[in-house]
Amino acid sequence: MAAWPEVRAAQRHAHAVAGAPGTHWESLNAETAGEIEAIAAQIIPSTGGPGAREAGVIFFIDRALTTFAHDQREAYRSGMAQFQQKRKELFPESTAIASLTGPQQITLIRRMEKSDFFELLRTHTVLGFLADPRYGGNRGKVGWQQIGFEDRMSYQPPFGYYDAEPK
Amino acid sequence: MSAATFPTAEAVDFLVIGAGAAGGVVAKELATAGFSVVVLEQGPYLRERDYSHDEIKYTIAPGLTNDPKVQPVTYRKSETDAARPMKAIEYGRQVGGGSVHFTANYWRFHESDFHERSLYGAVSGAELADWPISYADLEPYYTKAEYELGISGLAGANPFEGPRSKPYPLPPMPVKSSGVLFERATKKLGLHPFPAPVAILSQPYQGRAACVNCGFCESFGCEMRAKSSALVSVIPTAEKTGRCEIRPECYVRKIETDGSGRATGAVYFDRNRRETLQRAKAVFVCANGVETPKLLLLSKSKRFPEGLANSSGAVGKYLMWDNGAESQGVFEHPLNEYKGIQVTRLIHDYYAADSKRGFYGGGGIDARFDYYPAGFALNGLPPDAPRWGSEYKQMFEQYFSRTMMLMAHTTSLAQEKSTITLDPEVKDAWGLPAVRVTYDYHPDDVATMKWMIGKQIEILEGAGAGKIWSRPWDIVDQMPSRHLMGTCRMGNDAGRSVVNAHSQTHDVPNLFLVDGSNFVTSARQQPTATIQALAYRAADYAIRAAKRDELG
Repeated sequence: MAAWPEVRAAQRHAHAVAGAPGTHWESLNAETAGEIEAIAAQIIPSTGGPGAREAGVIFFIDRALTTFAHDQREAYRSGMAQFQQKRKELFPESTAIASLTGPQQITLIRRMEKSDFFELLRTHTVLGFLADPRYGGNRGKVGWQQIGFEDRMSYQPPFGYYDAEPK
Repeated sequence: MSAATFPTAEAVDFLVIGAGAAGGVVAKELATAGFSVVVLEQGPYLRERDYSHDEIKYTIAPGLTNDPKVQPVTYRKSETDAARPMKAIEYGRQVGGGSVHFTANYWRFHESDFHERSLYGAVSGAELADWPISYADLEPYYTKAEYELGISGLAGANPFEGPRSKPYPLPPMPVKSSGVLFERATKKLGLHPFPAPVAILSQPYQGRAACVNCGFCESFGCEMRAKSSALVSVIPTAEKTGRCEIRPECYVRKIETDGSGRATGAVYFDRNRRETLQRAKAVFVCANGVETPKLLLLSKSKRFPEGLANSSGAVGKYLMWDNGAESQGVFEHPLNEYKGIQVTRLIHDYYAADSKRGFYGGGGIDARFDYYPAGFALNGLPPDAPRWGSEYKQMFEQYFSRTMMLMAHTTSLAQEKSTITLDPEVKDAWGLPAVRVTYDYHPDDVATMKWMIGKQIEILEGAGAGKIWSRPWDIVDQMPSRHLMGTCRMGNDAGRSVVNAHSQTHDVPNLFLVDGSNFVTSARQQPTATIQALAYRAADYAIRAAKRDELG
C-alpha cells in the first residue's frame, strides 16, 4: 500500500492540529477539528501534491460553521457522532479517527460515504480546497495550483493548446 | 443632468416595475423621449466595485439572484401533488436584473420562431401558437438593442439567421480551444459553426473598456463593465436625462387601479418595509416571467377578481422551462477553458423542428465551459468518477484544464398545466404568498433533449475527445429554471392571451407587460435578445400612444 508514508505524515499532522498551541477555533474544538481533518485528508489526500491538510481545509470548515454554513453545526455534531460510533464498531480498540491508520480511515469512510453528512463534509472539503482563500482554506492558493487555475484578472489568447495551434 | 427624484404622491408619466433587461430598456426609451419615469426594483443597486470572483458568494450562495430564505418558492410536478419548498426558478435580483449575471449569449430568434404553429401544426398536449408579430416586425428593435447595449458577433456567419439590417457593432470575441475543437468537428460533419453573439465587448465601446477574458461571466457581475448589462448601458443613459429615478430595494405588492379600470400606480414596500404608493399615469411591469404574473395575481380587486389583466385566465399559465442537454469530453492537452468568456462557437443546424424526427423540437448547441474550480471538482466529473480519495483528486486535477462541454439549448412547449400561481400557505418575509411553480416536461421536450445528446456525442468524438459523458437531465436536475417565459403570453385574441402585439394588456390600456412572460414559444432558449427587442418595441408604441394622450 503506497499510502504508508502519507499515513504517518497524516498522523503527525493530526496531532499537530489537535495540539497546536495558540490555534484559535471559531466553532470547533481542537479535538473535533483533528477528527474532521483526518476525514477531509482522505477526501483530498496529500498524494501527488498538497491536499486538504496543506490547504487548511479544517480552518475553512471552522469558519464556515460560524458564517454561511452556520445552520449546519448540528449536522456536523450528529454526523461526527455517527462516524465515531462506526469507528468503535469497526475498530473497537481505537481511540480516535485521527489515530487510525490510513487504510482503516478509508475502510471507515467507505462505510459512511452514502450518508448525507459525508456529502456535506465532502462539499466543504472541496470548497476549502478550491474556493477563494478569503474563506480560510486554499492556503497559499495550493488548491488552485494543483488544478492549474492561475487566478489572474486578465488573460490574453491563446488560452490553451488547441487555440494556439496553427489553423 | 443627474438622476431625478420624484415625490410619490404626484403621478409620474410612467412607473416601471423591475430594472432588469427589459425594464432598463423601457426606462431609457421613455426618459429620453421626455417622460418622467420611476423604476422600482426589488434588489439592491450594486456597481462593478461590489463584485468579485468569489465562487461561494455567487454560485453557492444566492449571490445576484433571488434568495429562497426570504422569498421561498414551492414546486410541484402536477396539480395533484403537494408543492414543496424548492428553488425551482431563479432570476437576477438587482438593478440590471438577470443581464448582470447572465452568460451573455445573445441570439436573435429565427424567422420560423414566430409562426411555428403554422409550419408544424398542432402538438398534442401543448398550446403551440403563432406569435402575433413576425421577425420583420422585431428586426429593427433587435438591431437597436445590439447597438445600444453593445453586442459582439459576426453578421452572416450563421446561415440560418433571418435577414439583418445592420452587422453587429463589434467583432466576435477571441476563439477558445473549445471553439477551435468544435469548429473542426462540426465542419467535418458538414455543419455550420459560427462565432457566438454575446453581450460582451470585444473592443472598447461607448466609454466602456473591452473584455479582459477573466472568465467570470456566468453567475457573476462584470468588474470591468465589459458585460453589456442594462446596468452599465441603458440605465445610466436613462438617469442622465434627469427624468428617471431608479428606486432600489422597493418590492411591489400591488398595482392599483381606479373606477374606470385604469392603472394608477403601485404600492410597494420600501427598504424599511414601509408601504408606499407611487402614483403614475401608466405602468410597465418588467419583473420577469415569474414575478410579473405573481404581481398581477396579487393585484386582485372587485373589478379584477381573478387578478389584474386576467380576463383571459392566461396569467401565470404556459410557463416554459430552461430546457437543454449537456455532454462533456476530455482532451489530451490543456484547453484552459476557465480563461475567457464561456461560449465562443455554436451551431444552429439542428435549430428548426423537423417532423421527420417524430417529435416537435430543436435546439442550438454551443461549446463551452461554465465551471469554476470548486464547482468543477464537485459537479464536473463523469458520473462514474470516484467521489473522494487519491483517484478523485488526480481526476479533478487533470480534467479541470482539459474538459469542455457541449450544451444544447432546446425547445420547451407551452402547456396550460404549467403554471405560476400563489402558494396558499407559504409566505415570504414580507408576508406575501410565495410563488408556486407547477411544471413537468412535455414528452416532445424530453425527446428533443435525448436526441441532442446523440448529436453532441458525435461532435465530441469528431473533435477527438477521450472520455465522453452526458448528463441526463430530469426536472429536478434542471432546477432552477433561469429562462422564465410564457406566463402572460402575447396574442391578438383577448380571450386567450394577456397582452397584444405591443405588450399592452388587453384589459387595461395603460398597463404594459414586457419581459419573458410575453413569449408565445420558447424558441431555443437564450431569451435576452428577444426580451430586449420586445422592450424597445413596446416602449416605442407606448411613447406614440402617450404623445397622442391615449394612456393617461
